[in-house]
Amino acid sequence: MENNGDVQMTAENDDQEEEEVTAQSVLLAIEEAWLNEKFAPEILPHRSDLVDCMLQQITHMEENMKRLDKEDLRLMIHRMELDRIKYVITNYLRARLEKIEKYTIHILSQEATRSSEECYLTVAELQFAKEFLTNIEMLFKTIALQHMPGNFQTFEVDTLTVKPNLQTYVFLRANDRINGIIIPGSMDEEIDLEPGSQHIIQYSAVADLVKSGAVKLI
Amino acid sequence: MYGRKGFKLISELDLYSDILPFNVGCMIEALIKEVLQEMQSLYDANVANSNAIRNDNNMALLPSVQLRHIALKRNKRCILAYIYNRMRKLKELRWELGSILPPEINTNLINAEVQWFQSYNKSLAKYMRSLGEDHGFNLTTNMVPPKTLYVEVKCVEDFGKLELDDGQVILLKKNTYHLLPRSVCEPLIRQGILEHKKYVSMEFPSYEQETQTIQLRSIKSDD
Repeated sequence: MENNGDVQMTAENDDQEEEEVTAQSVLLAIEEAWLNEKFAPEILPHRSDLVDCMLQQITHMEENMKRLDKEDLRLMIHRMELDRIKYVITNYLRARLEKIEKYTIHILSQEATRSSEECYLTVAELQFAKEFLTNIEMLFKTIALQHMPGNFQTFEVDTLTVKPNLQTYVFLRANDRINGIIIPGSMDEEIDLEPGSQHIIQYSAVADLVKSGAVKLI
Repeated sequence: MYGRKGFKLISELDLYSDILPFNVGCMIEALIKEVLQEMQSLYDANVANSNAIRNDNNMALLPSVQLRHIALKRNKRCILAYIYNRMRKLKELRWELGSILPPEINTNLINAEVQWFQSYNKSLAKYMRSLGEDHGFNLTTNMVPPKTLYVEVKCVEDFGKLELDDGQVILLKKNTYHLLPRSVCEPLIRQGILEHKKYVSMEFPSYEQETQTIQLRSIKSDD
């Protein structure tokens, strides 16, 4: 990857900014998105722009590698690096799918309140979530619900909802200077975060900062 | 006692980590049927009692109606939890073994579960195809962080020919050792065809013994 870092490329979705992004910076961004997704209890806004860009880059690099000699040492190093990047991307997307499967009803109901610009799921993820829910409902109905008496046959959305625990504690490192985070549970205790400082704090207090990128989970 | 059978269902989940048979005539099937029967009888009793409450204003029956209602809810919850957890295990198998279930698991499933598995496969495949530009992106590979490019594996089952990414074809025969790219081996290791050769230091203790005997000898020679 490092060797190919000088390959300049423009991220597709950033047309309006016309910003030149190197593959290296995209990789760093996706690694941060991956760690955030891994440690946050709830699902975060999708970064399909990064994923698409990186997948494109992978295909590109695979093409380049075909031109290299089989005995070339660089080939091994490139392939190792590619495997690592692929692991990061698959693990990132898998983490999202796991959350979608676990909190299906909750995520879908939250998603319904968001407009199409600010939705957290990609189109494909949203479809996956919907299908997952219908499949579960179908399974419950055919095996058990239809054999139950009277009003117990309903698929009770409220009682079956699993919600992520936002009160859980997370490790984080601040990217920017942030003033006045109110600590939940205290009366009006506030803390300020210095850039680069590390903290353990309840997720609900910093959820918005994680989404905006002001802090990153570690 | 109400709800005891429902609870038994849940403890079955705890007792066995495998997917138990769910066919007609099996223990689980019978158990679920009994729970459903219990629900039906509770429900009937409740309907009768609540009619009595409404018509004769017999408030003495109210507590028993409530108790039955709670038992009913609990039974429903137990059954759904049982089904849900079986489904979760099935889902794990999808990620572990791929889209085709081995026959020993397939025979333990009922129709509805097989159907669920197929629809899950379909949505997952659709999602994975949507990633990337042309042919999608397989999320079921790269399950563990890559450490080395090649891994030493032992073949434990006759598999036949395997084509590598670079077009090279190798023959996987039982009890042969290979050094293969990790990405190719990963699904095969999970399916149990290849075995990751672990560097368990079998030689290490014997080596130690040897050095000990050498030391002993040297001490003796000193004498």
